[in-house]
Amino acid sequence: MSFDDLLADDGRVEPRDEMPDAYRRTLIRQIAQHAHSEIIGMQPEGNWISRAPSLRRKAILMAKVQDEAGHGLYLYAAAETLGVERADLLDQLHTGRQKYSSIFNYPTLSWADVGAIGWLVDGAAIVNQVPLCRCSYGPYARAMVRVCKEESFHQRQGFEILHTLAHGTPEQHAMAQDAVDRYWWPSLMMFGPPDDSSPNSAQSMAWGIKRFSNDDLRRRFVDMTVPQAEILGLTLPDPDIRWSEERGHYDFGPIDFTELGEVIAGNGPCNRDRMAHRVGAHEAGAWVRDAATAYEAKRAARAEGAA
Amino acid sequence: MSTAWPLWEVFVRSRRGLSHTHVGSLHAPDAELALRNARDVYTRRQEGVSLWVVPSSEIVASDPGERDAFFDPADDKVYRHPTFYDVPEGVEHL
Amino acid sequence: MTSFDYVLALADDALVSAQRMGWWISRAPELEEDLALANIGLDQLGQARSLLSYAGVVEGAGRSEDDLAYLRDDRDFRNVWLVERPQTDFGVAMARLLILSAYQGELYAALARGTDPTLAAIAAKAVKEVAYHRDHARLWTLRLGDGTDESHARMQAALEGEWPHVEELFAPVEGAVVDPSTLRAATLARIESVVHEATLSVPDVAPAIGGGRRGLHTEHLGHLLADMQHLHRSHPGATW
Repeated sequence: MSFDDLLADDGRVEPRDEMPDAYRRTLIRQIAQHAHSEIIGMQPEGNWISRAPSLRRKAILMAKVQDEAGHGLYLYAAAETLGVERADLLDQLHTGRQKYSSIFNYPTLSWADVGAIGWLVDGAAIVNQVPLCRCSYGPYARAMVRVCKEESFHQRQGFEILHTLAHGTPEQHAMAQDAVDRYWWPSLMMFGPPDDSSPNSAQSMAWGIKRFSNDDLRRRFVDMTVPQAEILGLTLPDPDIRWSEERGHYDFGPIDFTELGEVIAGNGPCNRDRMAHRVGAHEAGAWVRDAATAYEAKRAARAEGAA
Repeated sequence: MSTAWPLWEVFVRSRRGLSHTHVGSLHAPDAELALRNARDVYTRRQEGVSLWVVPSSEIVASDPGERDAFFDPADDKVYRHPTFYDVPEGVEHL
Repeated sequence: MTSFDYVLALADDALVSAQRMGWWISRAPELEEDLALANIGLDQLGQARSLLSYAGVVEGAGRSEDDLAYLRDDRDFRNVWLVERPQTDFGVAMARLLILSAYQGELYAALARGTDPTLAAIAAKAVKEVAYHRDHARLWTLRLGDGTDESHARMQAALEGEWPHVEELFAPVEGAVVDPSTLRAATLARIESVVHEATLSVPDVAPAIGGGRRGLHTEHLGHLLADMQHLHRSHPGATW
C-alpha cells in the first residue's frame, strides 16, 4: 500500500515504510521538540523537589519529574525510528538549533506554581496530546498512548495542590491565585499561533500528524478549565471570559502573542538558565558515559579473547 | 571518545501466562545496565513480572518492500480457519 | 525497648539521603539514569516516611512524619555525616550509595528478623529496595573503576572522600534494636569485594570524628535543612 493510500485509509505508517522526505522531516522536528520539552520541563518543577512542603508532596513531585524524564525517553525513541540518533537530537537542543516549548522558560516562583503547572500546563498538554495518540506515525502514536496514560496523574496532582492552597490560609490562597494569574496566558499560548497565522498546520493535518487546529484545541482547553477554576475558587485573569449560549463555548479575550515571540526569540525569564542547566548536566556526565562504553569494550575484548 | 550508548529493544511480560510484548526502547552501554534501565523506565507502575532486552541492531526484520510476497499469499488460504467448514446443526464439541 | 533516637537515626539517614538524591533528577549523566536515581530516591523517601511515622509513635507526643522532618533543627537530627554532605559528582554519589546500601542491606535484613514487629515490617519491604540500590551502586562502581583512566581516578578519589565516614555507621546508638557494630564485618566485606572487583583500592584513611547520632553535624546539614524546611516553616500550621 502506498503512503497516500495508507493515509487515505487512516492507516498507520511504520518505521521502515516508504514516506515522503518532508513527512519524515516534519515528524522528526515535532517529536524532537516534544521530547526536548519533556526534559527541559523537568527543571521548573524540579526546582521545588528540595523544598516541597510535605514529604507526601515531595514523593509525588519526584515521581512526576521522573515521569517527565521517561516521557522524553519514549519520545526520543520514537524519533529514532525515523533514522536519527538521540545524541544528535540532544546536540541540536544544546546548540539551539531545535526548540522546546516556551512555557518552560517561565520561572516557578512559589510552591503554587507547581500546582499551576500540573493543572494548566499539563492540562493543556493533555488536550494537545490526546489526539496525537491517533497520529498517522505508529511509533509516535504508541509513545503518546503511554505518555497520556501517565500524564493524567500529573494534572490531578496539580489540581489537588491548588485546591488545597485555595482552601487553606489567606496567604496560601493568594499564592495560588498569583500562580494562576501568571500561568494562565502562557498556557493558552501553548496551543500555538491562531489558525490564520499557522503556516504548517494544513500540511500536518493532511498528513494525519495533527488532528485538530490550534484554535479548536485552545477552545477545548478553555471550556474544560473555566468550570474547574470555579471549583478551585480561583479566578482566571481574563475579564472577557463568559459562556456563550449561542456558540456553546466560553468566549475569552484576545491573546497577546508579542510576549510569546520574545520568549521564543530567547528573551524569556529562564531561557538561558534552562539551557545552562541542561548543557551543564550533559557535559558533567560525559566522563560517566565514556567510562561505561570503555568498560563494555574491555568486557567484549575479554570475551573475544576467551573464545 | 563520547560514542553514544547503543539502542536496546525492551519486551515486558505483564503477567504470568502472557508472552513478552515489545514496549519500547532505551539506550544503555551494556546488557546488564540495559536490563536495569528497562526495569526503571518501563515497569515503574507494576507493568511487568519479567523483562527481555535485545540489542536493536540484532533484530532481523522483514522488508516492507517485500510485504506482498511475504504476506499476501496467505490471503486465499481460508481453509486454515475453522469457520471455512460447514458443520451440520446439532454437532457439539467440534 | 526501641528508642526514639534509634528510629530517628534510621529515619534521618534515609530522609537526608533522599533529599540529596532528589538533586540528581534532571542532572544525571543520561536520561535512563535520571529515572534510576529518582527510583532510588523515592525508595529512600518512602523508608524515611515509614520510619518517621513510627518514630512519632515511639515518642508518643503526637508528632507526625512532617512535624519530625520539618520542625526539628539540625541538632535534633540523628543521621550520619556520610549522607549529609553534598554529592554533586556522579562518582561521589555512587561511592556513597555503595557504602550506604551495603550497610542498609545488612541493617534491614537484621531488623526484619528482629524483635520490634513494626521495624521488622518496614525493614522487610526496605530490604528488597536496598538490594536494588546495592546492585546499582555495584554496577556503576565497576564501570567507573574499570572504565577509562579518568573515571578510575575520579572513582578512587570519590572513595577516598567517602571512606572517612564509613566507621560512623557502626557507632553505638542507645536503644538500638540491632547493635550497629554487629553489622560492620559483613558491610565492609561487601563494599571491599566490589572495590577490588572494580580494580580500585580500599582507602587507607583515618575515620572522621563523626557525631551525627548525637546531633553534632557538619555545616552542610544546616543548609540542607534550611532549603528543605523553609516553605513548611513559613506557614505554621498550614495544610499542604
